[in-house]
Order: sequence, then C-alpha cells, then structure tokens
Amino acid sequence: MSKKNIEHIIELSNELRWQIGDDFHDNLTEGIYADAANIVKDSVQTEKGKKRFRLDSKIDKIVTSKMFGFPIMFLILGVVLWLTIIGANYPSSLLANLLLDTIHPALKSGASSINMPWWLDGFLIDGVYLAVAWVIAVMLPPMAIFFPMFTLLEDFGYLPRVAFNLDNLFKKSGAHGKQALTMSMGFGCNAAGVVATRIIDSPRERLIAIITNNFSLCNGRWPTQILIATIFIGAVVPSAFSSVAALLSVIGIAVLGMGFMFLTSWALSKTVLKGEVSTFNLELPPYRPPRFWKTLYTSLIDRTLIVLWRAIVFAAPAGAVIWLISNIYVGDVSVAAWLIDAFDGFGFLLGLNGVILLAYIVAIPANEIVIPTILMLTVLVTGISGGEGAGVMFELDSMDATGDVLRAGGWTLLTAINLMLFSLLHNPCSTTIYTIYKETKSVKWTTVASILPIILGFIVTFLVAQIWRLF
Amino acid sequence: MDTKVVKSACETCAHFNAEGLKKLGINTNDFDFVVALAGNPNTGKSTVFNALTGLRQHTGNWPGKTVTRAEGGFQYNDQKYKLVDLPGTYSLLSTSTDEEVARDFILFGKPDVTVIVADANRLERNLNLVLQILEITDKAVLCLNLMDEAKRNNIVIDQRTLAKDLGIPVVATSARYQEGIPELIQTISEVANGTIICKPHRIKNVPPNIEKAVKKLSEEIEKEFPGISNSRWIAFRLLEGDSQIIEALKTGELV
Repeated sequence: MSKKNIEHIIELSNELRWQIGDDFHDNLTEGIYADAANIVKDSVQTEKGKKRFRLDSKIDKIVTSKMFGFPIMFLILGVVLWLTIIGANYPSSLLANLLLDTIHPALKSGASSINMPWWLDGFLIDGVYLAVAWVIAVMLPPMAIFFPMFTLLEDFGYLPRVAFNLDNLFKKSGAHGKQALTMSMGFGCNAAGVVATRIIDSPRERLIAIITNNFSLCNGRWPTQILIATIFIGAVVPSAFSSVAALLSVIGIAVLGMGFMFLTSWALSKTVLKGEVSTFNLELPPYRPPRFWKTLYTSLIDRTLIVLWRAIVFAAPAGAVIWLISNIYVGDVSVAAWLIDAFDGFGFLLGLNGVILLAYIVAIPANEIVIPTILMLTVLVTGISGGEGAGVMFELDSMDATGDVLRAGGWTLLTAINLMLFSLLHNPCSTTIYTIYKETKSVKWTTVASILPIILGFIVTFLVAQIWRLF
Repeated sequence: MDTKVVKSACETCAHFNAEGLKKLGINTNDFDFVVALAGNPNTGKSTVFNALTGLRQHTGNWPGKTVTRAEGGFQYNDQKYKLVDLPGTYSLLSTSTDEEVARDFILFGKPDVTVIVADANRLERNLNLVLQILEITDKAVLCLNLMDEAKRNNIVIDQRTLAKDLGIPVVATSARYQEGIPELIQTISEVANGTIICKPHRIKNVPPNIEKAVKKLSEEIEKEFPGISNSRWIAFRLLEGDSQIIEALKTGELV
C-alpha cells in the first residue's frame, strides 16, 4: 500500500463529491428506503381489514393526553408509593424484630460470655452491626417492593410515555427530555439514577441530569418523610384525615423536589452549562405484557441487592463513627454532645437543631440511618429515659413514643416541616457522590453536585424558619 | 432394566443440539469467533443477548436502554463465541456517540458474524439499518425477533424470500420465550465456519450519476486493497466526506 495511491483515492473522492452535488446524502437515504420498501413488498403480508396496534394507540391517546397525562402520572406515582409504604411495614418490623431484638441481644451476650472488652463489643456490635442491621431492616423491604414495581412499569412500556409527557417541561428548562427517565429512576435510588444518565448523548445535558438527580426523593428518604409527616403533620388535622394529610404532604415534598429539579436545570443551562437543547427521536414502543416472575427476579438481583450491598458497605463505618463520637469524652462531655452544642445556634437559624445537623453529617453514607441517629442523639442530650445507651441507635416501637422523644428534644411543627425540606434538599449520600465521580471523572462537577443541594437546603429552611417565626 | 432415556423428536433434531451448547456468561477468554449483535433500539437485542449467553443483563421496554457495550460468551460444538451487544441505533449514517460505537465495532472490530436483530412488526423501518450493515460486512444473520407479537398483529413474513433478497440467512425468534434461539445459534455457527456463504444485498436504488461515481471510486479502492469486501461502503463514506474514514484509510486500519 502506498501513500500516494491513498492520496489519489481521497483526491478522486473530493473531485467526485463536487460532481454529484449536495443531494448525495438524501439520495442515498432515499435509495435505502426504496430498497427496503421493495423487499418488504415481496416478503411481508399483513392481514388487511384488521387494524394493527389499535389498543396501543388508544392507551397512548389517554396516557399522553394533555388532560389526563399528568393526573395519571401522579396517580401511578401515588399508588406505587402507597403500596411501597403499606407493604414495607410488615416485613420491616419482622426484620427489625429478627435483627435488632433477637440477634443483637444474642450477639451481646455472646460477646460478654467470651469476655470481650466493652469498647470492642460496643464498637463492633452496637456500632457496626446495628448500623448495618438498621439499613437492612429499613431499606430492604421498600426497595424490594419499589424496584420490581418500577421495573414492571418499565417492561410494560410506560416510562417512554412519562418522558413524552415531561419532554416539554425539560426542554423549557434547557435539559434533555430523557432526563425524565433518569429522574424516575432517582425516586428509587439516586446512584442508580446517575448511572442511567448514560442514555443522554450530549455531555452538557448529561451533566445537568447528574447534578439534579438528587432532587428525586430516593428510597432512603421516603421512610423519614413518611414517619415525620405521620407524627407531626397528621397531628394537625382531625384524626380521620391524618393519614391522607401525611401522604399528601409527602407527595407534596416529592413534587417540590421535581420543581427544584426543573428550576436548577434551568438555572444551570442559563449559566455554567449553556447550550442548545438537543433534539432526539423518542419512539413510543409497543406495550408489552411484562413477564411478572422474571421481572421480579431480575429486579431483585440486579437492582435491589446491588444497591443494598453498597449501602451496607457505607453504613458499617458510619455505625462505628456514631458509636465512637458518643463514647469518646472530651472533659466530661462526649464528642457528640459537644458537637450538638456547637451546631445548635446554626440549627436554630434553619428551624432545625444541632442533633439533626450532626445526624445528617454522620449519616452521609446512608440516609436510612438518619432517624435512628436523631433518636439516639436526642436521648443522649435530653437525658430522658429510654433508648439503649450511649451510641446505640434505636427506633421506638410506636410512632407515639417516637413523637414523645422528639417533642422532649424540643421539636415543633416547624422542626418537622424543615426536617422534611432538609431531607429533600441536602447533599447526596456518599454512594451517590462516589457514583457521580465515577460517571463524570471530574472533581469539580462532583463537588458542584454535592454542595449545590445543601446550599439550597440552607436557604430554603432558613427562609421558612424566619417567615414562620414572624407570625 | 434399560434406563436409556428416550429423546423427543425435538431433542434429536440437529438444530437442538443441547449437548453442544454451553452458555459461558461473562467468561469470554480465548474465543474462536467474535459475534456482534446490532439492531434498532427496542427490538429485544438484550433479550437475545441474554438468551444466547445465559446472562441476565437488565432489559426494559424503552429505546436506548443498553448504555454500555456488553460482552458475553457461549460455546457451541467445542467452539467458543464471544458475543458483543452493541447500542441500538436506527442508522449508521450520522455521528452520534451510540451510532459511532456500533459502526466502529462492525467496521474495525471485524466480527466474524454480525447478528442483526430486527422487529418483525416494523420490518420496513428496521431494514434501513440492515441494508446499511450489509454494505459494511458480508457475514451477517438477520434475527427476526418479536415473532410472537407479529403473530398477534397478523403479520406473515416469507422468510425464504426475505433471505433470498437480503442474501443472508434469516432466523425467526421470540427471544423472550427462547423460541428460535437454537436455530439462531446453529445458523451463527454455520456462517462463522463458512458453511453458509452470504451474498449480501447491496443498495440498488441510487441515482445513475451517484452510482457511476461510487463505482469509479470503489474500483480505485479495490485496486489498492485487493479482496476488500466493503469498497462500495467506503466509497459512500468518502463521498460523504467522513473524516474518520479518511483517517482510517490513511492508517490502513480498514483492512
């Protein structure tokens, strides 16, 4: 092969390109389509008279219509959430019974029978084991219900319709329409949502999708929202409406999160991530009856267990830290009490308190352990009876008892509302941060994605607290 | 008592050959053949991939779900096949990332067989990609998937005519239900081993002036690279001014 001949070929092609004119690409495409039509004419027969895909287009007319599209979307979201909340209760309490009330005491007595030193026993069993047990008991059941339901909807073909409905909103905020899909995925797990942004071709729009995915309220945060809403918001209305009020306020928080997602996407695309919105073809695939058992199996293996494993890996060290700060003393106060005292002033400005801020710091690895940490720390500082001792996370059997502990810790309706807001608007968990780094390979964008939501959280809770106190 | 197991007619059929098949999952060391899996989005490519490799790569009913190139393997009649699941694309003519990944693999990865998965319900639209791939490679199998849906939609496809027109073997499958997968594996092995020789369709409905230019250019290319099979396609790309192909031509990567 000689260089000269190659140059000759390229020159010839340049010359010929001038001769055949601009229409080459279109002509070629038309040629391909004409060939395809010829081939199909000879080999494909469709039974005439029977209209094809009629059911599909009928369903599409309803679920993507201007009038019913959004209500149906929210209804489906509501039903999925409701089933997750209700369904997760029983397995969660079963798991809690097993892991916290049966295995934990057994491990403790086992440790004392072999004369394990108290600090090692505390560090390993009260710290590491309990944190892991908590994450499993609180996280596994809702995920095992949420992910399969999500996957069934996906297999059925509903997700592209959601993207279709939301496309206009995303386009207006300067983001990619496929972000609707990654956003929905984020409701299950933000780390999974961040990975799913790979479907977005344009790097600019993909970054927007990654940075704003944290505004999808994830599985680790749903239980916090539900618990606090039930105790504090449900209590404001007559008891007949309390569960409805709680559910509506949780959905309200989720919708608020979507609002922040659009707002932030818009702000990013107008400032640091300027650019054109790329267009894309979204084919609405035919609806397919999902294969129930297979979907159940694969979503359990592929999504639930992988996400759970990651959470465990991160929760174990967090448990150790929680135990340590409660048991290491500086003077006569534990590190935890000292930190809580230090955070209290700032916490008050935000309508929160030092306990909540400290809990959010130690719970960066997993949102699931926020509530147990808050309870443990509240008991630690208020000195009220209850709980299991310093550095031991616990949750109370009844919601009333939980409410009593929190009220003793100085909680008001404002604290509850702001905790719900802060739970929506704070840094992503460390699993997600790590995933963002792996996907973007950029320290800068990982930092932006981690800090942006918490700054918003500070601003929003601060404003709410100030306005609340005016009245 | 004789305990010899009597096999059913299916199991003794050459196409079944259960003993010859071993799904290797992600174990793709020292393979004999590389098989690429291409096709439009949402035609069940990942399902075909899973059926062939025994893997459980996540599948979903939305276009563009496969975001990375997945690899897996299977062993058939003592030969090892590495299977590469390419991102689903509608065409290979534009320059988006997923189309480039798919095109580059078929072009530079030089797979021994390219399996093109098509939706039997939307064959005409799917043929757009099929015809483009057939310009690049001459060892291909058309996997006519989603036959169960086609049946429900009362679509009848004459596979023999289709195979004759396209010049490559056509296998009908419903990968979700494992139907047609043994036949697909058998066909892949026959194409890989050269038992089946493909004579792929080349795009015909091109205006005469373009056809003349393509012919002139491809003759030059063939003179330079004797025995090259996709000179026409390279000519198309050169006329389009595809800088990546020009570069590949200079470095000799194309051969």
